[in-house]
Amino acid sequence: MTAQVFTITSGKGGVGKTTAVANLATALAMDGKRVVCIDGDIGLRNLDVVMGLENRIVYDIVDVIEGRCKLKQAMIRDKHYPEMYLLPAAQTRDKNAVSPSDMVRICKDLRADADFVIIDSPAGIERGFRNAIAAADSVIVVTNPEVSAVRDADRVVGILEAEEKGNPSLIINRLNPTLVKNNDMLSAEDVLDLLGIRLIGIVPEDETVIIGSNRGAPVVTDGKSRAGTAFRNIAKRLQGEDVPFLDLAPQSGLWNAIQRLAGRK
Amino acid sequence: MNAFMESTSSIVQIKGIRDGLLATFADADWSDQRDALMLQITERSTFFQGARLAMDVGSQVLKVNDLVDLRDWLSERNITLWAVVSESPTTETTAQLLGLATRISKPRPEEARHVLESIPEDSALFVAKTVRSGTRIEYPGHVVVYGDVNPGAEIIAEGNVIVWGRVRGVIHAGAKGNREAFICALDLSANQLRIADEVSAMLKPQKDPRPEVASINHEGKLQAELWSPGETTTRK
Repeated sequence: MTAQVFTITSGKGGVGKTTAVANLATALAMDGKRVVCIDGDIGLRNLDVVMGLENRIVYDIVDVIEGRCKLKQAMIRDKHYPEMYLLPAAQTRDKNAVSPSDMVRICKDLRADADFVIIDSPAGIERGFRNAIAAADSVIVVTNPEVSAVRDADRVVGILEAEEKGNPSLIINRLNPTLVKNNDMLSAEDVLDLLGIRLIGIVPEDETVIIGSNRGAPVVTDGKSRAGTAFRNIAKRLQGEDVPFLDLAPQSGLWNAIQRLAGRK
Repeated sequence: MNAFMESTSSIVQIKGIRDGLLATFADADWSDQRDALMLQITERSTFFQGARLAMDVGSQVLKVNDLVDLRDWLSERNITLWAVVSESPTTETTAQLLGLATRISKPRPEEARHVLESIPEDSALFVAKTVRSGTRIEYPGHVVVYGDVNPGAEIIAEGNVIVWGRVRGVIHAGAKGNREAFICALDLSANQLRIADEVSAMLKPQKDPRPEVASINHEGKLQAELWSPGETTTRK
């Protein structure tokens, strides 16, 4: 078995990369897949908190790289899904402790035993970002429907193109259909128009996401949450299934617009 | 150490040219070439203070990563990397993406005006993709983009700029003062347009975009007008 390695990145901070990683990994694990998440944000780790695994960390990725422990020793098994693991970042080091070739080597070791490896990239376009994308088979760019976030996403897409990392996919996070309808927020169509990359999901603004993150229980486990449903659908799409996009605003023409956009290359 | 020094100076040759310093490399891995250059610079750091450096990397294929790392390293030492010359198209593209020149024979200031009047019609840079935020393309001739120019991107051409797509970034045509230069695009909702030293106000995005041509009019103001068939024959 060979795992697919996805890196989730954004350029701008605070758009929901870590939330997306935790939710997609959990959704894949719920589908019975073997998943390893890697926190690529050395020095500012927080994927462990969002996944509720904070107090189980003994070793971290820098310990693995510097030979203080074996890879398997640093991987933390999830509380609910025994086939899901987290490789945490170091909190007391900085990103120079990891090099792109270290990431490639770790992912190579993980490929044999997992279905999916999901790497959480730090914000920015510096060393930490370069580390995070080094091992990726495909890259997922997360953005919010805000001008500043979209511009940074555009920059990241440009770098990925220059690095020949293949075409990235796009998740639009925290879309508020009411604001879009009143022309107070960029629509999914506006964002796609500018970035021109493949859309794999739109996650609506939903306060249950924040509650889930604070509790260390990703929102995908909540069957009633709209955002949870959106993340579960993205996880299905990562597995190659063709899932229709959520109808976020039944009365408006957005649904048709999204369907039209989803069909385009 | 001495033997090592000798081997690095055989990998990299640094000499003075009109526009600063030029580093040329012998065939080797990029990591060896880079290390050799870094060592030379570290050994003679005062000599390199404030220098403008161009590199001729031959057929070496360089990615954005490679050049960004080196450029950052150089700028920490107060050295400006301004040009990368290469036979490899990948390296040339990388250099253009980073806004570096890919030729080192720039005209002298007094020659500049003369050259402007005679930009060869066929000297154009063809960019067959969307120019994204953070990318700056500078070219001493015309620039043709098959794709969009996104917000946060800049195109600076000494000649004309033609975009088969949407323009939402910054475009400067006739950058060396050619007031005859023009900009055309399928949708010209640019943040800012410049021709020679004229600057346009922001153009409103249009609902139904139509091709437009921006140029300097008889009153000396930069102005965009809708393209109409047959008009191109009157334009040089």
